[in-house]
Formats: sequence, C-alpha cells, structure tokens
Amino acid sequence: MGNVIALDGILGLGELKAPAEIPAAASGCSSSACGSSDGPGDMPPEVWEKVKNHPCYSEEAHHYFARMHVAVAPACNIQCNYCNRKYDCSNESRPGVVSEKLTPEQAVKKVLAVAQEIPQLSVIGIAGPGDSLAAAGKNTFATFEGLQKLAPDLKLCLSTNGLALPDHVNRIKDYNIDHVTITINMVDPEVGQHIYPWIFHKHKRWTGLDAAKILHERQMEGLEMLTSAGILVKINSVMIPGINDEHLLEVNKAVKARGAFLHNIMPLISDPAHGTHFGLTGQRGPTAQELKVVQDQCEGGAKLMRHCRQCRADAVGLLGEDRGDEFTTDRIEAMEISTDDTVRRQYREHIESERAGRHAAKEAAKAEVAETVPSDVAPILIAVATKGGERINEHFGHAKEFQIYEVGLQGAKFVGHRRVDTYCEGGSGDEDALGTVLAAIADCTAVFVAKIGGCPSTSLKEAGIEPVDRFAFEYIEESALTYFKDYAERLRQGAVTDRKGHDAVLRPAEALRA
Amino acid sequence: MAYRIIAAECVACDACVAVCPNGAISVKRGTYVIDPAKCTECRKRSDGPQCASVCPTDCCQPA
Repeated sequence: MGNVIALDGILGLGELKAPAEIPAAASGCSSSACGSSDGPGDMPPEVWEKVKNHPCYSEEAHHYFARMHVAVAPACNIQCNYCNRKYDCSNESRPGVVSEKLTPEQAVKKVLAVAQEIPQLSVIGIAGPGDSLAAAGKNTFATFEGLQKLAPDLKLCLSTNGLALPDHVNRIKDYNIDHVTITINMVDPEVGQHIYPWIFHKHKRWTGLDAAKILHERQMEGLEMLTSAGILVKINSVMIPGINDEHLLEVNKAVKARGAFLHNIMPLISDPAHGTHFGLTGQRGPTAQELKVVQDQCEGGAKLMRHCRQCRADAVGLLGEDRGDEFTTDRIEAMEISTDDTVRRQYREHIESERAGRHAAKEAAKAEVAETVPSDVAPILIAVATKGGERINEHFGHAKEFQIYEVGLQGAKFVGHRRVDTYCEGGSGDEDALGTVLAAIADCTAVFVAKIGGCPSTSLKEAGIEPVDRFAFEYIEESALTYFKDYAERLRQGAVTDRKGHDAVLRPAEALRA
Repeated sequence: MAYRIIAAECVACDACVAVCPNGAISVKRGTYVIDPAKCTECRKRSDGPQCASVCPTDCCQPA
C-alpha cells in the first residue's frame, strides 16, 4: 500500500529538529487566519482535549489520525438536490455513497478489525449513507452502544441533516457523543426551497417553502440544544454557485451565534453521471478560487475547516485515503478480532509527546519569515504531495491529492486539498493524468514532492509551477516558510513573478471527462 | 388493495420499513416486499401512505 503511513515510519522519524529560539511573541496564534489549524493556545483546554485527536475537527490531527465511517444508516428523511441514492460506484468518493450497508453487529466487528490494523484510528463516525437519525436512529445508537462496551477509547461522532435532531439530543448525550455534524446549507427557506425538494416530517411529505422552513427551524433548534449541552458541533455547508454561495456568509453568522465550533464549506459535487438533480440540470460546482473566496470571507466568523475530504459513508483510514476495500465483510468474518488497544494507545502517546516540539518549531519558522520578508510580499499557494505525518513524503506521480498551503507573512496554513485521482469509471486515462494535476494546482507557485521525474518536472516549469524536491521528508510548514523566504528574495531580484489571476479546478478528473 | 415495491427502483434504504404503521414491509433475499395482507394503504391516516411519502426513489406504488 503506497498511500499508507506505516506506524514504524512515524515512530522512526520521531526525532525532532531542536527548535530554534522561540520568540515570546510567537506563543499562540494571533490572527483569525488559523482557522481549524488552531493549537492548544487558541481554545479552552477542555475543547482542545476533545478535538486534538479528531481528524475532522482539527487540521493538525488530520495529518496523524484516522477516521472510519460505518454505513449502518441507509434510510433518509429528506431529499437533497445534490444527492442521488441510486448511484453506487466502488471508485466513487462522495457522501451518500457506500458499497455495502452493515448491521450494527457487523459494524462493531468491522471497527474492531480496523482498529487492530490501523493504530491511527481515533474516531468512529456514522454519516449515513442516509441520515444517521432517520428511522429513529435505531441502527446508529445500537452501533454506538456496542462500541462503547468493546472499544471505549474510540471517539464517537455522527452526522445529520438536523431534521430529526431535536428528538435525539438526550440520547446523544447518553452515549457521550461529543462531536455532531449538521449539514446546514441555508438559513432562509427562500434559498432552501431550491436545495430541498421535499422532507418527511411528522408522517408527512412536505415540499417547497414549507419543507425548507421546517428543516431550517429544526436545524436551529437542534444546534442550540447541542451547544447548550456542551457538545461540539461542526456545520457542513455545500457551496452551490448561484444558489447559496453568497448566502453562506449569513449561514456562518447564524451558526456562530448559536455556538457552532467549526464551519466546513464544501464544494458542490455535480456530474450528470451521478444522476442528481443538480447534475442533470447542469448546476456546476465552484472553482477552487470561488470556494476560497467564500471561505476567506467567513474567516473571523465561526472557525472554518478546510481539510474536509467529503468522504463516503464507509470511508476508512486517514483523510484523503480510503482503505475500505481492505476490510470486506468476508475478510472480517475470517479475522481473529481482539479488543486489545495497546498499540493505539502507544501511538497516541507518541503523537502527544511530539506535539509541543512541533508547535514550537512552526512558531520559530514563522517568526523568522516575519522578521526577514518585506511586508509587501503577497502570500503564495504551495501544493504538497504527502501521505501524512505533516511531512513532504509522497512521490509526485503517486499523489492522489495535493494539500494546498497558503504561505505568507502570517505563516503557513493549510487551505485545502485538490484531488487528482481518477475517481470513477476509469475517469481520465494516464495520458491526461499530468493535465489533471496541472489544472488542479494551476494557482500554486510551487509543488513540494519527495521525488519527481524529469518529464513532469519540465511540464510543471512550463506551466509556471516550480517543482521542489529539496525538502523531501521534511515537515511541510517549516519547509513552506523557508521556501517563501527564498521566494521573496528571488521576487525582489526579479527572478520570479507572482501567479495572481490563476485559478484551479476542483475535482479536475471530473472536469476533464465532462 | 395494497402497495407494492418496484424492485428495480428500490435502493434498499430501509426507510419504508421504519415508517410502515402495519409492519407490512420486510426483506426477502435482499428484496423489499410489502405483504398485501397487512398493507392498508394507510387509508385510515390523513397523511397518506407512509412508505410512498418517505421513499427516495418513489418506488412504492399502488399495486
């Protein structure tokens, strides 16, 4: 498996460079630009404890910890124009899609099987493929009950559209579920009626404005109930250009006012081949820059999350990878399952011991840039090939996605990722693969890789993107800051020009195939 | 009279099973079926056939 961090790999690489002098001013993060990459200095200790090992709630954690979705909740209680439940392709990666649904008993066994092979596993989520709380949440809570008994060290979380949420907040508390995600695409039924054709509520199908109004009220009620119970709530919003793109600022304000911890604005995934209403009517998704503009406008409101991979409801592994195929029902049936959690605990202890040093090293690198780079140098974007551990440790040609970092005087921050794998029905062939990558990272100044071949290297240079392998296996943020310092100097000498005005394509395989 | 499930359209999402007030829907070898002896078409309800109202693919139809 090329795309997997071996535990040994991380444990072996555990030696940290001795952090340079840590300037006093560098403690904590002073700007709102941190988004979800906030460290322990930016939130109350009890909140940090809850999020630090959760890959979906902490940008930092997503480099180190794995999540697993168990598909026990096939039923749904609303219809969304971006979802089509008929479609299931094994290479397809998007919410609402699974290859096989599980009973709660099968789900618990699968979790234990995965946990003994992937010690990075820290979180078990139920995200459908329908709604986790539809059908009275029966399978969802039965699964959580089993997990609480057999793997109490794993965090439990669920994701819902919110319609049934107010009816279940007490049970959510009972099962110690301290992370809940609600998908909220609007706070105005006028907008909502273009996203939701119908909902099923109180034994009845509601349509149009009525449906959107009920859904909105139930979402807000559920959100308030959760936050007042001290449960961390993440809001997912699907950005649909022309329908709710500008409206998402209102959504951000409304959910922040009600105590949401994190706001995750995701691009609409739309393709006629998916058979969704939006796919069939030609509704497009946003470009990389359109998405970033809305995300940037929302900074300062509810904290933003930008590392979401819009996983399938049965995804397994680190964000950005899916090892679900390794854990088929047949294989799990044949496995000897143990509830021993020693290796997971050792892994978490190791990460914990690395953390303080990591934070200090990042701050030191940031301070150096702030001191040496002139204040008029605009931030740049850098694409990074990584398979986790916050390191540049993937070969250019093997990368299934590139992580995008914005680096400037404020430091280096993760701002998104771009998929470059062919995700369905073959997608684009090998001959297009390089074109796919070029389209996906067209707004980046450089691409950091562990290794790269001569041909792609030349094509990248021709496209104005600098391939950089001199930071191979180093930490991403420190390398990005070192590069930026050097870039600022080259800019001053006129040796390079900036890439303002370039945009990139999200999910480019899709765009190329269309 | 009873409703029936058009198997080719069904995505086996289980939503109908949970809402049927008569326990008329079950899974037989992976296929969802409505027992015509138990289905009342929800005639005594003012809010219509429950399975048809919740079905995401509109595959619960009058037989």
